[in-house]
Amino acid sequence: MDLNVGFLFISVLKIAALIAWIYGLLWALGQESLAAKIVAVVGAFGIIQLAISVPVGGAPLVSDFDSGLLFQACTMAMVALGLNLIYGFNGQFSLGQWGFYGIGAYTAADITFRWTNGDAKGLLVVGSVVVLGAAAIFGVYKFLRRYTGVPVLSAFTLYLVGCGVAGVLAVAIGRLGQAVLKPGFGTATSPGVLASPIVLQIVFFLSVLLAGAFAAGVGFLFGLPVLSLGSDYFGIATLGFTIVVNTLMINSDTILPFPEMKGGRGMIGIPKLTTWFWAFLFLVAIIVVMRNLIHSSTGRTILSVREDETAAKVMGIDVAANKLLSFVVGSLFAGIGGGVYAHFIGFLSPGTFDFLVGFNPLIIVVFGGLGSMTGTLAASFGWIFFLEGLLRVILGQLGTEAPTWRFVLYPIALLLLMLLRPKGLLGTVEWGFLRSPMHRRKASPLPPEAAVESGK
Amino acid sequence: MSDAATDRTVLRIQALTKFFGGLRAVSDLDLTIGPGELAGLIGPNGAGKTTVFNMISGLYVPSGGSILFQGIDLAGMEPFEVTRLGIGRTFQNIRLFANLSVLDNVRIAYHPHAGYGMLDGVLRTARFHEKERDLTERAREFLAIFRLEKIQDELACNLPYGEQRRVEIARALASSPRLLLLDEPAAGMNPAEIVTLMELIHFIRDQFKLTILLIEHQMRVVMGICEQITVMDFGQVIARGTPKEIQTNPQVIEAYLGKGAAHAA
Repeated sequence: MDLNVGFLFISVLKIAALIAWIYGLLWALGQESLAAKIVAVVGAFGIIQLAISVPVGGAPLVSDFDSGLLFQACTMAMVALGLNLIYGFNGQFSLGQWGFYGIGAYTAADITFRWTNGDAKGLLVVGSVVVLGAAAIFGVYKFLRRYTGVPVLSAFTLYLVGCGVAGVLAVAIGRLGQAVLKPGFGTATSPGVLASPIVLQIVFFLSVLLAGAFAAGVGFLFGLPVLSLGSDYFGIATLGFTIVVNTLMINSDTILPFPEMKGGRGMIGIPKLTTWFWAFLFLVAIIVVMRNLIHSSTGRTILSVREDETAAKVMGIDVAANKLLSFVVGSLFAGIGGGVYAHFIGFLSPGTFDFLVGFNPLIIVVFGGLGSMTGTLAASFGWIFFLEGLLRVILGQLGTEAPTWRFVLYPIALLLLMLLRPKGLLGTVEWGFLRSPMHRRKASPLPPEAAVESGK
Repeated sequence: MSDAATDRTVLRIQALTKFFGGLRAVSDLDLTIGPGELAGLIGPNGAGKTTVFNMISGLYVPSGGSILFQGIDLAGMEPFEVTRLGIGRTFQNIRLFANLSVLDNVRIAYHPHAGYGMLDGVLRTARFHEKERDLTERAREFLAIFRLEKIQDELACNLPYGEQRRVEIARALASSPRLLLLDEPAAGMNPAEIVTLMELIHFIRDQFKLTILLIEHQMRVVMGICEQITVMDFGQVIARGTPKEIQTNPQVIEAYLGKGAAHAA
């Protein structure tokens, strides 16, 4: 039994470096000038890209194992940011995030898997379902606005029927489109235009976006009736959602008409298209969208619902719509995270989306601090590198069975954190870019003209 | 009642009734308030005053009767719709957004009039920057009226009680109401704070041309500022009139002090 102290040191260093990297990115993004922001994004991307691809003395600085952890951390950050929006910022205790993550993963995987096998139906059907479904939801919404006091379940039924019709139409469009596009793929010996790598990259990009949109749509339909439940009941209902989604995955080749997902055996042959570029792009996009949403009038209403629902209602805020909004946006982030994950790992097993594993994003969000985007980001990266990187390898050196002990050490770490910092690692503290614009300019609380105004 | 008189009322409540299971919390309540009036609703604990407020603001659905606000029937409206029509309120137990700053508390009340949507916010359009600056400016000037501008960055939960009340009233006014419902604004205040509060209520009525209905236990406040008083007991109206009339009404004295007290007085 010899413990490699050097490895332990390097692992801790890696986590510290990542946290510093996040801090640097957020700090530089928080600068006023657009040039600084661009430098921040390109720089943050470039540093890690170089560390992954350029060998220093034989091997790259970041090994394959570590870059795998990095991708996992990115997807986990996306899922956890979505959950923080729902639970941390809007106060709705949800265990359904993992279900949306799974929906996103399987949707995106199915699109690209079919595409690489000369079948455009996946992209066409999901694409049209998203577009037509959004149109149907918008139409029903406009229709319902004419009446007041429509019961939630009646509204839900109308939305469901609208989306059902959209689904049927989408399948028809998919069949038709496939017949038209089929020649474009060419044959195995002479690939057509649609089988080229560049088209595949575009399809991958679309598949991740569509997976997010699809998960968001499911989130809308599921959230509409369920969000009217009180908080605890909502938590149970969302737990049920994750279990149902998981069961559907296990039986995807029998109950659902998707033989390529291979049910409980797991889906194989998904093209591994996720590069550091894509993972970073989607993560930064989600961070920017979420930060802009939170620091706007809509974001303040999301916070007000968490603080006091009754008072929010009396302030003229449509609380039901507000909860639905944050739930849908949270599901969107989870779906995108799922899409990125599926194309990094290349293999999807229903076991990954089991509800017990689904507590991980919840732990990360609480660990990082409810209502702190920075905390969620730091915790996502720290968590993966601590649990999978540090503990698995360190304990691995102690014997083959030892890595299982990380599930003992890890809860102890959580317990200690909750005792020492009950509000999470960072509480509601935000770094740089993620802080509210007002606090960043605290040095001069009032612009000169305003100071004159209030002075008279 | 003539049509002209109907038009002038801000709030007209008719035969308002609320059951909680078998308990009749409010029964056949009638109440009419004209524009610019400062009316009081008083009564012993459990008389059903707050229930009336909750029905007006849409939090409870009445079991019977009607509530008309400026001639519009509020039946079936959600609380946020009632607020957007122009009814603001405060709560007996202060309901500020505790972990948000004073400025944000007020800015949330401005949300229905923010002038930009969610997409403007996410995409940071020019419209967002312009409207957000306007909104923040307005909120700051508004806080200055209440002399709260110095504490605008404090979290609401860190303020002393009297200031929390002021912030809550300011927040209710920020939702630009025509009718303001104040639920026990003086509860838990010391005499000095009560004097400030009474001045504040007079001030906001004149400044914002409001109609105010308030629930209060402190007789000093009610008798000092209300022009019309309605007294409730066990869900029913037992008296109404000017403060002078109420002070000498034997039924009111009985409700507050018990049988026999009226004779002793």
